[in-house]
Amino acid sequence: MTAKTTTGETMPGKKMAAEKLTAQKFTAKKIVILGATSGIALEVERIFARQGCELLLVARSPQRLAELQADLLIRGASAVSTYPADLASVQQHAAVFDYSRRTLPDFDTVLLAYGSMHDQKDTEASVDVLLDELQVNFVSASAILTLFAADLERRRTGCLAAITSVAGDRGRRVNYAYGSAKGALSLFLQGLRSRLHLAGVRVITIKPGPVQTPMTDHLPNSARFAEPAQAARDIVRALHRRSPDVLYTPRIWRYVMSVVHHIPETVFKRLSF
Amino acid sequence: MSGQSAAISRRQKAVTLPTTRILSWGRYPKTAHQHVYRPAWNDEVPAILNAAAPGSLLPYGLGRSYGDSCLNAGRELIDCRRLNRFLAFDESTGMLRCESGVSLSAIIDTFLPQGWFLPVTPGTRFVTVGGAIANDVHGKNHHCAGTFGAHVRQIALHRSHDGLVPCNYDDNSAMLRATIGGLGLTGVIAWADIQLKRVAGSWIDAESIPFQSLQAFLDLSRESNDRFEYTVAWLDCFAGKNLRGIFFRGNHAANPGKKYHPKRALKLPFALPSWFLNRHSIKALNAAYHRVHTSWKRKALLPYDSFFYPLDAVGQWNLLYGKPGFVQYQCVIPETNCAALEELLDRIAFSGMGSFLGVLKQFGPAPPAGLLSFPRPGLTLALDFAMRGERTLQLLQSLDEVVQQSGGALYPAKDARMSPDLFAASFPRWRSFVPYIDPKMSSSFWRRVTEAR
Repeated sequence: MTAKTTTGETMPGKKMAAEKLTAQKFTAKKIVILGATSGIALEVERIFARQGCELLLVARSPQRLAELQADLLIRGASAVSTYPADLASVQQHAAVFDYSRRTLPDFDTVLLAYGSMHDQKDTEASVDVLLDELQVNFVSASAILTLFAADLERRRTGCLAAITSVAGDRGRRVNYAYGSAKGALSLFLQGLRSRLHLAGVRVITIKPGPVQTPMTDHLPNSARFAEPAQAARDIVRALHRRSPDVLYTPRIWRYVMSVVHHIPETVFKRLSF
Repeated sequence: MSGQSAAISRRQKAVTLPTTRILSWGRYPKTAHQHVYRPAWNDEVPAILNAAAPGSLLPYGLGRSYGDSCLNAGRELIDCRRLNRFLAFDESTGMLRCESGVSLSAIIDTFLPQGWFLPVTPGTRFVTVGGAIANDVHGKNHHCAGTFGAHVRQIALHRSHDGLVPCNYDDNSAMLRATIGGLGLTGVIAWADIQLKRVAGSWIDAESIPFQSLQAFLDLSRESNDRFEYTVAWLDCFAGKNLRGIFFRGNHAANPGKKYHPKRALKLPFALPSWFLNRHSIKALNAAYHRVHTSWKRKALLPYDSFFYPLDAVGQWNLLYGKPGFVQYQCVIPETNCAALEELLDRIAFSGMGSFLGVLKQFGPAPPAGLLSFPRPGLTLALDFAMRGERTLQLLQSLDEVVQQSGGALYPAKDARMSPDLFAASFPRWRSFVPYIDPKMSSSFWRRVTEAR
């Protein structure tokens, strides 16, 4: 971790011009995906593969990574490399980062797509479960993003994106453990965005509403959740273009959450949803 | 990161589980399921099989079977749609290895631009490879290419006691033949090797020819089968004795032609009121369809999707039939017994309950690829009937009599109500299929047609 901030190295006028240029020209071509076997990531990877991108996939299971690699190459990815690692464990991050630097030294996009969702009741009954929820969704995520952020900041290019959740916008009775971890990650990204902005690196916070993935299958009404393919289309569009810093998908959640955000706490604490 | 195993443990904890409503394409019968597993990886399937009670599971794909052969009422389903990866593709031979939840649509989208097409395709592209194998589906090229199963070279099958079993024509060939047309009862297909077909491009040289009698259809069909890869006919089932229809035939165009971008399908957002399709509206639709096709020029260069999948242009067209849903009736009648086909058409016309889409096709002589394959030499007729309760069931019962007497058969993938007797008559070898059924598998259809015996 040899992150050096480059604040103030460029002149304001020049910086603005450079920023505009990268904004217009930027398209994701070499992408690192952290948590490549998660439900939304799978669909994102397919779109990138069809566009002929180069991918580096990190996930736990070597076997699943191998199946995924074969699939994405057939679908048109120009190259796919894989690295099996448990990203929840911060000790493994240095190896993941080194591998990325060696295999895809000029990566331009990093997408963090992993997460876990324990039953809220379990997190209330067991501190271990609660800590695991925070470790996976926030602690480990912010740790690995810090490594990749330093590299992009040094190269003054690229885009860093992470999937958080609308659940992080307000603490609710039914999922505040998951929500607080994702909310903390959203705050982390907010600060990181402000820092990397000076280096012309984009940081995108992706806040999906409920999506049909293995993570949410156990929730009631999961059949009515959004399709992961839809979320993936929105995400890829956001990564390619200069679009909102904070992406809500499906878009309606931006408006829903803005209403939810404005409900006074005295009222909100009485609501059961 | 919580995988399927977590989902299983959660499920065991939950005592009051919401019953999951999953319907087949005909939306009849109305069924609820105990639970639906949604594995995203093949390595999750063995745990699901091990944990299940005997006769409690059935693999499920895109739910395009019309009746109850894809349902397992009151029990559990394994939704295979997330098992949708391509595992290997040989660009020189066109041999594709893919997981069972891959849709035919995905295969076309990925491989048609490279000059490969499905060896056999049914009338919709929204079926999975697993479903196409389990129902041994056929298409407009049955007379020259046989069924989908005939182009499957190898499969790997998750079995509850034997683990992952590779089946091909050298090893476990009996299990392969049982799984082709085996209605999902032999296990969960992990992956399959399918021989794709070389084509020049996305276009079909198509012709449409009106005809006025069954004999005219037969003459056209026999004359066309040698020269055309794809043949099928549309039939106005309200015409009765004055049969009328349009014969469609086509070949893949020899030239690549210009690049084709499929259009987005419209989608019916909700079930229309059930009176929407009544005898008058259907008569009008049939007349309009006939008029359109007789007035068009007979030869045309069509994109593959309007030739093969005209109905896919309207997503969820099954909602046209409203809440009660519909049943489809597809039978095959031996060619020596054309009188029986005329009798069927008479009874349907007399009832006034016929449907918009009657389809007639002459099957070829290809030997069946599977133990329970439906296609066999003869004429196959497929019709939709809006579900109007007892009235509809009685009409179909009377059609059954004609089919059974003629030595014909009914198609399980389309069926929601055939009797055990007719099933046994249609598939005389069904008892030799029983030993291949995985002990953890069962289906609504299978219980209905065999349990009384």
